[in-house]
Amino acid sequence: MAHANLIEVRNLKQTISGQEILRGVNLDVQRGETLVLLGQSGGGKSVFLRHLIGLMRPLSGSIKIDGEEISSLSERELEPVRSKIGMLFQDGALFDSMTVFDNVAFPLRERGERSEKVVREKVARSLELVSLEGQEEKMPVNLSGGMRKRASLARAIISEPECILYDEPTAGLDPIVSDTINRLIRRLQSHLHVTSIVVTHDMTSTNHIADHVALLSQGRIHFTGTLPALHSSTDPLIRDFIEGRSHEID
Amino acid sequence: MRFPYSFPLTRAFCTYLGQTALLAEETFASIFAGRIRWRLVLNQVVEIGYGSQAVVIITGAFTGAVFTAQTFFQFSALNMSSAVGPVVSVALCRELGPVLTALMVAGRVGAAMSAEIGTMKVTEQIDALRALAVNPIDYLVVPRAVAMLISMPLLVAECLFFGIIASYYVAVSLLNVGSVYFLHNMWSFTHGKDMVMAMTKGVVFAILIVFVACQQGLNTRDGAVGVGRATTEAVVISSLCILIGNFFLTMALNIIFPAGVH
Repeated sequence: MAHANLIEVRNLKQTISGQEILRGVNLDVQRGETLVLLGQSGGGKSVFLRHLIGLMRPLSGSIKIDGEEISSLSERELEPVRSKIGMLFQDGALFDSMTVFDNVAFPLRERGERSEKVVREKVARSLELVSLEGQEEKMPVNLSGGMRKRASLARAIISEPECILYDEPTAGLDPIVSDTINRLIRRLQSHLHVTSIVVTHDMTSTNHIADHVALLSQGRIHFTGTLPALHSSTDPLIRDFIEGRSHEID
Repeated sequence: MRFPYSFPLTRAFCTYLGQTALLAEETFASIFAGRIRWRLVLNQVVEIGYGSQAVVIITGAFTGAVFTAQTFFQFSALNMSSAVGPVVSVALCRELGPVLTALMVAGRVGAAMSAEIGTMKVTEQIDALRALAVNPIDYLVVPRAVAMLISMPLLVAECLFFGIIASYYVAVSLLNVGSVYFLHNMWSFTHGKDMVMAMTKGVVFAILIVFVACQQGLNTRDGAVGVGRATTEAVVISSLCILIGNFFLTMALNIIFPAGVH
């Protein structure tokens, strides 16, 4: 039976180079929703995201994906879990020795798809979803930042994952390209009905895509709730974040 | 007992040794489980084997030539110039061929492997592989290890062949050693076991190079500086491993294949 929560994280702790990054994170992500994880730069958002796909192992705590505890699984045992999840890395992480076509086709070929006709059809569909038709033969080095992210997203969605993790999808992009990416995330949710977790500090992006919002501060989840609840909050930390206010004196 | 761990260098060395051994264990487990991507193996055979042709031929030929000249200069004073052929061929088979081929391959291929995997590490491409449910050892290390195991014995054989050809040319054409004496003596004193020793060393050096280079690549950190550091260390460590390992291999193999005994 499918669990209502696709992801359940309990008391997740992580330390890097002696510094406590996550100090007991508790978070549930419901199936089919888009959850935006807000937080300051360097606050552990990406570290948290990497735990959800097993790229980092927690110091302690529990991570359940679809009811299955993944924190104690080996690399090989994690492979079936990872095949349910797609991830968009901050800089795309495209394979720089392959063309865009081969990058997007990579997950299909690795999962045993031998028919080039099927591969071509699926790659074309994925590239169309991210509005990147006609760029198949380009090498990643010849793509702009926004195009690299879209190609990476096409690679992440080609095997139709249940969940997509976005690591700062709009970081370093101009407002127009950022808006394109935001619309794309929305479009993917409506077309593919995937669960999405978006790590960002971009409030414009959050307002555009979020069903639920969580705020990570001091290594813990400080707030979870809907977008209207976030905006109506009187919590000083949340107000500072929404209004982009620091307390440093000039 | 805490004694060895109280020294940071000892600890770092033991950690490195352990990590490399685990990498080798996991790679061989994948090979024996049949998780081999043959298309990638072929690409690597081209990169390692075909791409190293020129450097190995030149190394073999000029080593054979210069060793022949030096041997001739010493031996001719003792009226033993006809011994040049066997001395050169046995030395090439037992030591110079495999060691120099391995050093050349470590410099050319080991550095490239380490730099490529290291760059993939620092640009999150290895994390992308893992996120796409592809095991990086199966995808990156296994094809390189299989290709090295195929290519190295062939490269060593090629180095020996061109070394002996060059030796013959220098001895017979330039230094006037009798062709019949050269060939007859070389044939009489060079045995199959010398070739087996060369191939065995080639295989062992292939294993050393590939696991040192891949381990350095997979452990790369700190961006471009880290890639440079990993590449340099891969060449230095694998070269040292070849030279040190060669001594112990020679001692061990000489028990199995004693020199000069039919």
